[in-house]
Formats: sequence, C-alpha cells, structure tokens
Amino acid sequence: MVRGLLWILAAVLLGGIVHLSTVLAMPQAAKQDAYSRLAPLTPVNTMVPLALTKAGAEIMPFMDPAFATAVCRYDLSGGPLKLIAPVSQAYTSVTFYTRRSVAFYAINDRAAGRRTIELDLMTAAQHAQVPEDEEITAADRLIIESPTTMGLIVLRALAPESGLMPMARQALATAKCQIQSQ
Amino acid sequence: MRLLFGSCFTLLIAAALGLGATWLTLTRGVAFGGLTIGAWKAWPKSGSADIDPYARAMVARTGELPTGMGDGVAFYARTDDGGNVFDGRCTFSISGMTPTARYWTVTLYTPEGRLVANTINRHGFTSEEIVRDNDGRFTITVAPLARPGNWLPTGGIEQFVLVWRLYDTAIGVATRTTKEGPMPAIERKGC
Repeated sequence: MVRGLLWILAAVLLGGIVHLSTVLAMPQAAKQDAYSRLAPLTPVNTMVPLALTKAGAEIMPFMDPAFATAVCRYDLSGGPLKLIAPVSQAYTSVTFYTRRSVAFYAINDRAAGRRTIELDLMTAAQHAQVPEDEEITAADRLIIESPTTMGLIVLRALAPESGLMPMARQALATAKCQIQSQ
Repeated sequence: MRLLFGSCFTLLIAAALGLGATWLTLTRGVAFGGLTIGAWKAWPKSGSADIDPYARAMVARTGELPTGMGDGVAFYARTDDGGNVFDGRCTFSISGMTPTARYWTVTLYTPEGRLVANTINRHGFTSEEIVRDNDGRFTITVAPLARPGNWLPTGGIEQFVLVWRLYDTAIGVATRTTKEGPMPAIERKGC
C-alpha cells in the first residue's frame, strides 16, 4: 500500500517536471510562431508593408484590422540597425519583438514626440562599442538594446475610419530600416 | 517484475499528467498577472519582457504578436457579464463607457483569432467610427442579422471572442480597481 502511494507520488512529481519542461520548451519548438509566419514574406533587414488584414487572409491570429502594418525582420549580426518611420495623422506605434515573440520595447508617436520616429537598434555588445561622447552629443538619438540578434520590428498605423486606410498605408510606405555599416 | 511494472506505470502516468497539464494550460489560456474588469480580461505584462512562461508558450503556439506595453493594452472577453459564452447565433449588447485612451478598437474574432467574413466587411469599430448618443455613451449590438445603429455581425458562428484594445492609455500593470477602468457592460439579449 505504502509502496503504491510512493509510485503515485513519483508519477506526480515526474509529471510536474514534464509539464514545466514542455511549457518552457514550447517557444523553441513552435513551428508556426509569428517569426516563422513572417519569414517567407519579409526579406531580412527591409521594411515590408503587410497586406490588409482580411477575413480568410490573416497572416497572424488576433491582428487588429483597423491598422496598417509593416514589418522589418531584423538580423543584427552585420551591425546596428537604423529605423526611420514617419508618423501618420492618427496614431502610429513601433513594437520590437525578439525571435520568440517577446515584446521587449514599444513606443508610440506621442512618446517619440516628433513627426518621424527615429531609433537605433543594437545588441548589448554593439551598444558597448558606441563611443560615449557620441552618445552624449546625440542626446536625441534613441538607442534600443535588443536582447536577441534576430527579431521583428512591427510598425502599426491606425486608420480611424475604414476610408482612411490608404492614408495609413501611405504613411508606412516610406518607413525604412537598414543596417548601418561600421 | 514489480519494479519494472511500477516504473512503467509511473512513467506513463507522469507523461500523461505532464503533457495533459501543458495542453490544458496552453489551450485554455492560463496566464498570470491578469487584470479583470467585468467580463474583460487583459494581461498587460504579456506585452513586455516580463511575460510569464505560460503566456510565452501560448503566444509561440498560436503565432500571434502580443500588444506591446508602450503601445496599448488588449482586453479579451469570451462571455457576457452573466457568464454566458458568446454564441454567434445569439444577440449581445455592449454598452457604456471605456477607460481613457487616445484611441480604441473593438474586434470580433473566432476563438482561433480569425476574422469572420461578412457582406458589409465589418469586423469591429474604432473609437472614431462608433455612433454615440448625446451624452457620449454608445451601444454596440453583436448579432447574426442586421440591426440599426452600431451592428457588429457574428456571421452566425458557434463561438466568438471580442477584443477591446486601448491605445496610448494609462491602463496597465498598475491598474487595480474598476473605477480606473470602466469597461463596457455586456448583456445577452436573446437567442
């Protein structure tokens, strides 16, 4: 009887370990995560406007159809990345995701405070190499540190009414992301 | 022999328990640090580097990109205020007020996060599109057949999910009380 209980206890403990390890391994094992879905549509280190979110043609689940979206799939192994995004008339935001879809930084047009959002994205190692005086003189230069070498920059512009969607898409069309050679 | 039987039994039960628990938590959407206002639930932390392992696993599995914390916050509802699951063959009314935000959108999805095709191409409303009454309140009627006013078509699907997104808002991790964030009331009007 006691022995049977011990076996069950061992099973529950082991089950807990299986559960935790599968949850932790899921982000690495997932084949259909956002990055994998976007990879065939977006060349690396290029800002690509996505097609409109329509029923039956969604690239990712739970996308907001009121927004025009552009994606820059980045790889910082060649150097830091510069993002220049003009702000649309209504509302524009930039969200940075790691390769595993963790939103590590997000900023909107009002917080950016200008008519264009300008950001430098780099790894911690690349940030350490930026000369200190340069960082001070460029006080209005916003540097974002990426925890991973690869990831996604997602630019979203709101169309407050469906008729304004062309305006939102127009605003995103001129957005750029490019590697800055050192 | 008993040892062999015992360990096989233990391993089997362990695998079943562990995988079953993982499947349940990832499909039911268990995440910690949630903010509940009426029938609406949000996980502001899921839009930051502090996202918990369960939410991370869920996001990786579904392929969605969570709303970033500096962008806004997304509230999900799967039932009305009385706990009735959203059925696309029934009529629901959403009315009241929203927390302060520069813009908001409300969108109707299938439980998997897809849009529902309909003839008028209406999948939701933005704060600018919605028709309000004289004191600034609004009512949205979520129903399979056309209604006057703010009609959000369900396409008659078996189950749907509503997502209310507030952009540029103070609502977030620090929000505790319903007073700070009055979310619209949801009521079933009939089937």
